[in-house]
Amino acid sequence: MSQDTVNIIIDGVEIQATAGQTILEAADAAGMYIPRLCHHPDLPPGGHCRVCTVKVNGRPASSCTFPVSEGLVIENDTDEINAQRRRIIEMLFVEGNHYCPSCEAGGNCELQALGYRLGMLAPTLPYLRVKRELDATHKDVYIDRDRCVLCGRCVRASSVVDKKDAFGFENRGIKKRLSVDAVHGLGETAVSAADKAAQVCPTGCLTVKRVGYATPVGRRKYDKTPIGAEIEKKTAKV
Amino acid sequence: MAGDAALVTQVVEQFGRDRGRLMDIARALHAKLGCLTEDTIGDVADALGMRRVQVRDMVSFYAFFSRRPKGKTVIRLCDAVPERMKGAEEVARAFEEALGIKVGETTPDGAITIEHAPCIGLSDQAPGALIGATPVTNLTPADAPKIVQALQDGKDIATLPQAEVDLNLRKPGPVIFAPMERGTAIRAAVNRKPEEVIAEMNKSRLRGRGGAGFPTAMKWDFCRKAKGNARYLICNADEGEPGTFKDRVILTECPDLLFEGMTVAGYALGAKEGLLYLRGEYEYLLPHLDQVLAKRRHLGLLGKNIVGCEGFDFDIRIQLGAGAYICGEESALIESLEGKRGAPRDRPPFPVQKGYKNQPTSVNNVETLCCAARVLEMGGDWFAAMGTRDSTGTKLLSVSGDCKHPGVYELEYGITVEKLLEMVGAEDAQAVQVGGPSGQCVAPKDFGRSISFEDLPTGGSIIVFGPKRDLLECMRQFIEFFVEESCGWCVPCRVGTTILSKQLAKILDGRGTRADVQEMEKVANTVKTMSRCGLGQTAANPILSTLRSFPGLYEARLKKDDFVPPFDLKAALAEGCAITGKQPVLED
Ligand SMILES: Cc1cc2nc3c(=O)[nH]c(=O)nc-3n(C[C@H](O)[C@H](O)[C@H](O)COP(=O)(O)O)c2cc1C
Ligand code: SF4
Ligand code: SF4
Ligand code: FES
Repeated sequence: MSQDTVNIIIDGVEIQATAGQTILEAADAAGMYIPRLCHHPDLPPGGHCRVCTVKVNGRPASSCTFPVSEGLVIENDTDEINAQRRRIIEMLFVEGNHYCPSCEAGGNCELQALGYRLGMLAPTLPYLRVKRELDATHKDVYIDRDRCVLCGRCVRASSVVDKKDAFGFENRGIKKRLSVDAVHGLGETAVSAADKAAQVCPTGCLTVKRVGYATPVGRRKYDKTPIGAEIEKKTAKV
Repeated sequence: MAGDAALVTQVVEQFGRDRGRLMDIARALHAKLGCLTEDTIGDVADALGMRRVQVRDMVSFYAFFSRRPKGKTVIRLCDAVPERMKGAEEVARAFEEALGIKVGETTPDGAITIEHAPCIGLSDQAPGALIGATPVTNLTPADAPKIVQALQDGKDIATLPQAEVDLNLRKPGPVIFAPMERGTAIRAAVNRKPEEVIAEMNKSRLRGRGGAGFPTAMKWDFCRKAKGNARYLICNADEGEPGTFKDRVILTECPDLLFEGMTVAGYALGAKEGLLYLRGEYEYLLPHLDQVLAKRRHLGLLGKNIVGCEGFDFDIRIQLGAGAYICGEESALIESLEGKRGAPRDRPPFPVQKGYKNQPTSVNNVETLCCAARVLEMGGDWFAAMGTRDSTGTKLLSVSGDCKHPGVYELEYGITVEKLLEMVGAEDAQAVQVGGPSGQCVAPKDFGRSISFEDLPTGGSIIVFGPKRDLLECMRQFIEFFVEESCGWCVPCRVGTTILSKQLAKILDGRGTRADVQEMEKVANTVKTMSRCGLGQTAANPILSTLRSFPGLYEARLKKDDFVPPFDLKAALAEGCAITGKQPVLED
C-alpha cells in the first residue's frame, strides 16, 4: 500500500482515500454520495451551507473541508443527519423567494433537487421575507438575489478561476448579501457570460440571459434522476 | 471628494500600504470622516491595489463602521439583558425625548446619533452607554437631558459625573489580583528552556479561561512544535459575551500582569510578536495600555534581549476591533486581525497549525495569560492546589443582574451556584445564567451544582434573574443578540437564529401550540449541530436550556389548539379594514 493511502470507513464501508483529499472528495471517488450545496468540484470549498455535514468519529463536521486521515469513522447516510440536512434546505427556501415552477433554473437547480432528494414536502418553517435586490444592469448576466443561497461559488470562481474578484459579500447575519465590484451594478464590472462565475450558480440567482427554458421539461438535469446519481453511478453498489 | 482621496493616501501610507492593516486604515478614516462612503471605499481599494468589493465586504461587516454619514457624536446605548433589567429601555426613551429622534436616527443638525449596542462590558453598573469612545454608567432617565445639554454646550464628556467607571472588584483572589513585581515571571521563565516553561504550565493544569477550556500547556506545545516561518501569540481581549466584564477589570487594574504573561508565552512559543486584540468598545482603555507598554519597553521587559536574555526579542501591538461579537472566536479574530470580515475558519487546520498569516498561532484569553504569569512566579503545583481536579486555580466571575453586589469576584473553581448567590446577595434568584447567552440557564433545583469545566463552565458571565423577571422574555432577547451577531457565513446559524426568534416570539405572544414548541426544538437542534462555529453551536442554548429546566414556563403560554397559523390574519387585515370600513368574513 502506498504511503499516501489512508483507510476510512463511511457508513460501515471501508474505503481507501488519498492523503490530501477531503472526506467529500474521497466519498465521491468511491461512488458514495454526500449531499452538498455550496461545494463545486472545480473550486476550493466554502463551508457555507453545511449540508455536507457528516459525523466524524461521532462529531459533526463539514465533509467538504475536512481532510481524510487514517482510521476516520464517518456517518453519512443516516436518518438523523438527513433530517438535519432537510431542515437546512428548508431554511434556504424560507430565507429566499423560490418560485420553482416558473424559475428558469427549475429542473436544473441543485437546491430544488436537494429538496426532492432529501424528501422535503413543503416548508414547515415561517417565511422570512427578507428584502433583496435584483440586478439587471449587465447586458448578458442577471442577478436575482431572491434566489441566492449565499453559497459563494460565484465569489470563489471569480477570484480563483476568472481572476477578476468581481463578487464578494456585504453585511453580516441575515442581512448578508451578494455584492459586486461596482457602485451601481454588475454592468459596470468586468464580468462576462463566459466567466466561470456565470456558470456555477446552483440556483437561478446568477444566470446568463436569453438561454433560460431552452431544455424542455422532462429532459432537464434532475427530471428523471435525483441529484447525486451521477456520483453513485460511478461504482455500482452491491 | 478629492480632499478625501488625499487623506486616504496619507492614511494608507501611514500603515505601510499593508492590506493586512485594513482594520486600522478603516478605523482611522472612519474617525476622521465620520463614515466610509462608497467613494472612500473606492479610494481605499485603489490605494491598496484591492477591489472595491473586497473593501466593502470588510467594512460592511463591522457595527462601528457606517457607510452613511452619522452624527458627529454617536451615543451607543447598551441594550443587553442585564442593562434592560436595570432600565435601559427607559433611558433610551429619555434620550429619544431629549433629542427628538428615535434610536437609529441622527439629529437634523447632524450633531448626534443614537443607536443600540450589544453588551459594552459595563453590566455591573448598568445601564451604560458609550458616547463616542467614552463610557457613561449607572444611567437614569434624568441623565439623558443633562448629557445632551453637555454635548450641545461642547463639554468634554469625560468630565461628567456619569463618566465614572467603577471597578466593583468585590473579591480579589491570589492569582489575578495579588501584587506582582514587574519582570518576576519573565525572569523565572528565561531561567529555563522554553520546553521547561511549558512543563511548568503542564503541572499547573491551567485550562483556557475564554470558554473552551483547552489545556494551555498543550496549546503552547502544539504551537511551538508546528512547522512555520514565524510564530504568533494573540491575546483575546474581545470580551463580547453579554454580562462579561472581567477582562476590562484586568486591563484596568493589572495590565502589567497580562503583558508579563504574554511575554512568558512569547518565550515559550518562540514568538517574536504578540498581538492584543482589544474590542472596539474598550478603546478608552487604549491610552493607558499604550503607556504601560512604553514603560515596559523602557524597562527592557519588551523589545530586544528582554531582561538581558540574549536573543529573546518580543514585542506587543494592540489591534482595536470594530464591534463584532464573533471576533472573539479565535479564527474569526485572526481573520479580523488580517484586515478581513470576521468570518470564522473551518477546522482543521487549527490556529496552532495555521493561524495569523498562516503561521502557527496561539490564541489565549486575557485571564489565561495572567494565570500563566502567576504559574511562572509561584509554580505549577501552587496553582494546581487551588480549585478542583479538572479545574485548577481561580476564576474571575462577572456578576450582574438582580443581585445586591454586582461586580468581579475571583473565586476558586468548584464553588456552588448557591454559595455564589449568597455572596452576591441574590438568595431569592429564580434562575441564573451561567456563561452568558451562550451558556446555560440554571434552575434552583440545580443551584447545588458547581462552577467548573466539569459541571457548569463559564467564560465569566453570571447573570442573576430575580423572582419577578419574565425569564422567557430574557431568553428572547438573548436570541435577538445572536441574530444580530451571527456572521452570516453558514446557513444554520444565519437563517436558523432568525427563525428561532420568530418561533419563540409566536409562543411568547400567546399564539403558540405544543406543535410549535416541538418544531422550535427541532430547529434549535439543527442550529446547534450543523453550525460552523461556536456561535451557532451555542446560539440555541437559551431555548434548549430553558426547555429542559423550565418546561412549565412554556406550557403556561401555549394555546390549546392543535394549529395556529404563523401569521395573524386578523392583525394583517386590520389596516385594510380600517381604511375600507369593511370586515372580511372569516371562518372562526
Ligand atoms: C462566538 C464566540 C465568541 C468568543 N469570544 C471570546 C472572547 O471574547 N474572549 C475569549 O477569550 N474567548 C472567546 N471565545 C473563545 C475563543 O474562540 C478561544 O477559544 C479562546 O480565546 C482561547 O483562549 P483560552 O484557551 O485562553 O480560553 C469565543 C468563542 C466563540 C465561539
Ligand atoms: S449568486 Fe448563485 S453562486 Fe453566487 S452566492 Fe448566490 S447562489 Fe451562490
Ligand atoms: S455559526 Fe454563525 S457565526 Fe459561526 S460561521 Fe456560521 S454564521 Fe458565522
Ligand atoms: S458543501 Fe460543505 S458546507 Fe456546503
